[in-house]
Amino acid sequence: MIAPELKLDIYPNQLEVITSEQMLDAYASVGLPVMYKHWSFGKQFSRESDLYRKGKRGLAYEMVLNTNPCINFLMEENSATTQVLVLAHAAYGHNHVFKNNYMFKQWTDAGNIVDYLIFARNFITECEEKYGFDKVETTLDAVHALMNFGVDRYNRPGKLSFAKEQEKQEERKKYLQEQVNELWKTVPVTKAAPAEPKKFLKEPEENILYFLEKKSPKLETWQREIIRIVRKVAQYFEPQRCTKVLNEGWASFTHYYMMNRLWDKGLLSDGAMLEFCQLHSGVLYQPGFDSNYYSGMNPYYLGFEIFAEIRRMCEKPTDEDAEYFPDLVGTPWVDACIDAVANYRDESFIRQFLTPNLCRKMGLFLLDDDSKSDYNVKAIHDASGYKKIKKALADQYLTENYMPKIEIVDVDHYGSRKLTLMFYETNGKALSKQTTKVMKYVEQLWGFPVALVDQNSKPYSV
Amino acid sequence: MADYTIIDRRVNPKGKNLSNRQRFLERTKQWVKKKVRERSVNRDIGATGGEDISISGDDIAEPTFDYDRHKGTWDRVLPGNKEFVPGDKIKRGGEGDGKGKKASDSGDGEDDFVFSISKEEYLDILFDDLELPDLIKESENAAVTFERKRTGFSTSGSPNNLDLERSLKNALGRKIALGLPLDRKIKELEAQLLLATEEEKVSIELEISSLRKRRLAIAYIDQVDVRYKRHTMMPVPNSQAVVFCLMDVSGSMGQGEKETAKRFFLLLYLFLQRKYTKVDIVFVRHTTDASECTEHEFFYGQESGGTMVSTGVKCVNDIVQDRYPIDAWNIYCVQASDGDNFDHDNAALRNELELLIPKCQYYVYNEVLQSTTYNSNRKTNVFDVMVKLKDEYHNLSIVNIGSVEDVVPTFREIFSKKDKHGK
Repeated sequence: MIAPELKLDIYPNQLEVITSEQMLDAYASVGLPVMYKHWSFGKQFSRESDLYRKGKRGLAYEMVLNTNPCINFLMEENSATTQVLVLAHAAYGHNHVFKNNYMFKQWTDAGNIVDYLIFARNFITECEEKYGFDKVETTLDAVHALMNFGVDRYNRPGKLSFAKEQEKQEERKKYLQEQVNELWKTVPVTKAAPAEPKKFLKEPEENILYFLEKKSPKLETWQREIIRIVRKVAQYFEPQRCTKVLNEGWASFTHYYMMNRLWDKGLLSDGAMLEFCQLHSGVLYQPGFDSNYYSGMNPYYLGFEIFAEIRRMCEKPTDEDAEYFPDLVGTPWVDACIDAVANYRDESFIRQFLTPNLCRKMGLFLLDDDSKSDYNVKAIHDASGYKKIKKALADQYLTENYMPKIEIVDVDHYGSRKLTLMFYETNGKALSKQTTKVMKYVEQLWGFPVALVDQNSKPYSV
Repeated sequence: MADYTIIDRRVNPKGKNLSNRQRFLERTKQWVKKKVRERSVNRDIGATGGEDISISGDDIAEPTFDYDRHKGTWDRVLPGNKEFVPGDKIKRGGEGDGKGKKASDSGDGEDDFVFSISKEEYLDILFDDLELPDLIKESENAAVTFERKRTGFSTSGSPNNLDLERSLKNALGRKIALGLPLDRKIKELEAQLLLATEEEKVSIELEISSLRKRRLAIAYIDQVDVRYKRHTMMPVPNSQAVVFCLMDVSGSMGQGEKETAKRFFLLLYLFLQRKYTKVDIVFVRHTTDASECTEHEFFYGQESGGTMVSTGVKCVNDIVQDRYPIDAWNIYCVQASDGDNFDHDNAALRNELELLIPKCQYYVYNEVLQSTTYNSNRKTNVFDVMVKLKDEYHNLSIVNIGSVEDVVPTFREIFSKKDKHGK
């Protein structure tokens, strides 16, 4: 019917009708249907349910998971129109992104994640029984603090599944057991000292959790397994963080297109269409910077508008479009959109497709904030400012821009076993005060002294 | 249409996060406890709502490596430009430029975390590590009631108690047990049939068909399979209690004293409510004459005149006699008084108390004294009587509450676990 018009390619959908209470539960476990137990989820739950019960915040109409089959949570109290909108948005839009975007394809395995989470929950429960709540909680606390630094941004991780994970875990345990072999003690020791202290690390390690899991001298096997679990969960969510604008944009574009087509075909009444328009404009509202409602860029709006621009440029290009986007002009718009969904993430998506027209429509301007003197307007939505704004906006979605770059650079292998982390400073940005606490957690997991240095290897302090 | 399935999850059990929330509360226990105890001083404990708790501290921080948003150079792209041109300067922290909001989303995690706890959770924490003194349990055992409880299965019973699963399980077992030998025999004969001569065949076939008939005759369900749920009357500890609130409402008791007394009554009431499935509360007030009254009259009614405490205690005795047989009820009595009594009434009071106290699980005498008039050396008439009785009855407790702030600490002192053997 309509999905083929957009050339949507989706996982089978599993539509689950839930109550508001269950939606709150889903919030607390970051939307995952199965999750291990930890107090921080309880904290999150308390916060969300308080906000909801006091009427300060409404609940989402839906929640969708990158799984195969694709799980959609639908709120029971949604009106029929809302339910249709939500299905178009999540069950088609998001679902398509999950199945086709290169980041999701490369980093997540939609078919196995639920199995893996079941393994994770059972494993952690088992650990709590074997080693005690406190020990598991302390480990999880430390590992959670480093969750954002447990992601391979450059390497591609292997696929995960329940059976394989369990097998591997057994193997790792067995291997470690084999290391305890009395025979090794009989091997004569060679006296020759190492000629040149070898560097422990050939190159810096960005995945701090991975390093700790593999190399930390003092961790127990089960603790390593816990690090691994948290790492895998972080890795699973990484593509979603990098494709917020693209994902929401495409889902919004899909629901907008589908609802309009349904209406065209007479399958949607005028009343329902009006209700949809109201919902749609609510979700896609982008207040100006000077509005009381302003809280940053609305990814739904930005993404939707960019896709709308792609379509416009394909169908009704202006001279300006021909100048900046010669490749798009006159091509089939569906193909152009599908290509954009498949091959970009937020940063490259904006860098590639933000048009001068949209800049003007949104009234974008670039502000230079040095945290001290007055703000300086560097560029506005005119011909000379367009490229600067596009670059700056795309840069805002670079991971380095909202998350500090910290890597493990050295281990004093022959001395104190001190672990050194390096913070790569850009534009005078500094680390927050929490850093000290996080370093304590690193120390807890490493078991020996740790240090944080700046790019010149001088000790860094907050 | 792509393939899809619809599942109704609404019937699934809710409260998936209960254990996470408990872990969270456990972790913040020290803070929450402190806050709850602080608040309970001024809070109307009888109020139905929960409580907002705001906590901060390392226990619930979730630190990560993050930027300090107030340092360094940031390029910010913002929507909604109206009048700016390149090179414009915008004053920092000005009202109109909307940048004031930016400062607050730094997320340093240093802010207090505010969340609500339910009334149940509130009371849990307030009464945490308090318990009823041991002596009460003895008499609790003495007074038992009976309750129907499931105790396995029986071969007879009424049809509504039929246990289908169990019955069919038995039937299945019986069918297998009876059927197997026959099946085996049939199989053997069938094997023989292939090798048999013509004459033999006839007899074998006859035998097979008779075996088959017997096989078919095995009943699907038989009287011997049927099982019923068995119920037995089991003794359960008595779990209903009555609290008598006895207060002197004569002219000498001011509004402040009553307020203090009220808090103590309420605390005990709430505490007992958590220990017993059914709690009755009876208000008795007295001057020179006593009567049962409503809660409102009890706390807000003002009467004048002298004080004869014995009349109050007698009134309680009468009510116990009439409505609360001691083998069915656990009786608690709290008496609030400023200690004044007519001298000639002391003997009568003592007599009445000697009747009442043995019937009670616990008797608390609460002498309310406003701090302004409080004098530790002051010996009141009622106090005298009580002190003498104290040696005889270890279920009697005497407290002095000077001000509202003392109510909760005093209450905790009476019921704290270490105090369980009484004095």
